[in-house]
Amino acid sequence: MTLVPILILAALLFSLGVYGLLARRNAVLVLLAIELMLNAVNINLIAFEAMIRDSLATGQVFAIFIITVAAAEVGIGLAIVLLIFRNRATANVDEFNLMKW
Amino acid sequence: MSDWLLHPENWVFLVVGVAVAFSALRVVTSRNVVHAALYLVATLAGTAVLFLLLSAEFVAWVLVLVYIGAVIVLFLFGIMITRAPIGYDATLDNDRRGIAAVVSGALFLLMSWVSIDFFGSTALEDIGVPTSTELLGESILGRFVLPFEIVSFVLLAALIGGITVARKDATPLEAEERV
Repeated sequence: MTLVPILILAALLFSLGVYGLLARRNAVLVLLAIELMLNAVNINLIAFEAMIRDSLATGQVFAIFIITVAAAEVGIGLAIVLLIFRNRATANVDEFNLMKW
Repeated sequence: MSDWLLHPENWVFLVVGVAVAFSALRVVTSRNVVHAALYLVATLAGTAVLFLLLSAEFVAWVLVLVYIGAVIVLFLFGIMITRAPIGYDATLDNDRRGIAAVVSGALFLLMSWVSIDFFGSTALEDIGVPTSTELLGESILGRFVLPFEIVSFVLLAALIGGITVARKDATPLEAEERV
């Protein structure tokens, strides 16, 4: 098994995540695209861990950390979306201008 | 190329990779919010199979439990609470789809080129020998115990913050009644 096909699959997932981040209007769908990008990073970490095989399994440990941080991000992100929806009655990111000066 | 196809694990990777790529594409192009979330489940399940193939068993099951078990349920809750139109909706994308496609396509080509250039002939050895959970546990609670504690704190703070942000504030009248 070679490394390059896995890296290309991860690059594809990351690029699709960037596309979803830029092209979507619904805030929940933007969060889904961010999950895709984090998942691509996890694939890269596991693939390089399979290549290096260090005695601490560093790649897998950091993949678990990233999964934890992604769970925290989803929790706080959906809470913010929920709050803005309650105040503005919309979940479209192009209608949020609360921080516009 | 014919040499690459001789190994059975490459066939598994090919099938799983095509499935993951297709469902990831549907996540960002689907016109139905709930379908997009369910395609993310398919993407994550394929990724878990890929992790099993790369002998990262524990991470694969963590992915299944945390993501497919918890995060997707949270997403479906979020979709239903924000009353996103359940069903076909043509207004989910904004007008700058073309620019987004060009940017992400260029990013994909750049990353693929760099990967091929740097790791063109790197082979993965001893695939199929699972990493022992014992090793992972000793690593997390030994060398990486400080990052582990920090991540735990971040998760706790984020969840408490999420509750604080999302809970409904009492109106002044209700607050008066409660006293």
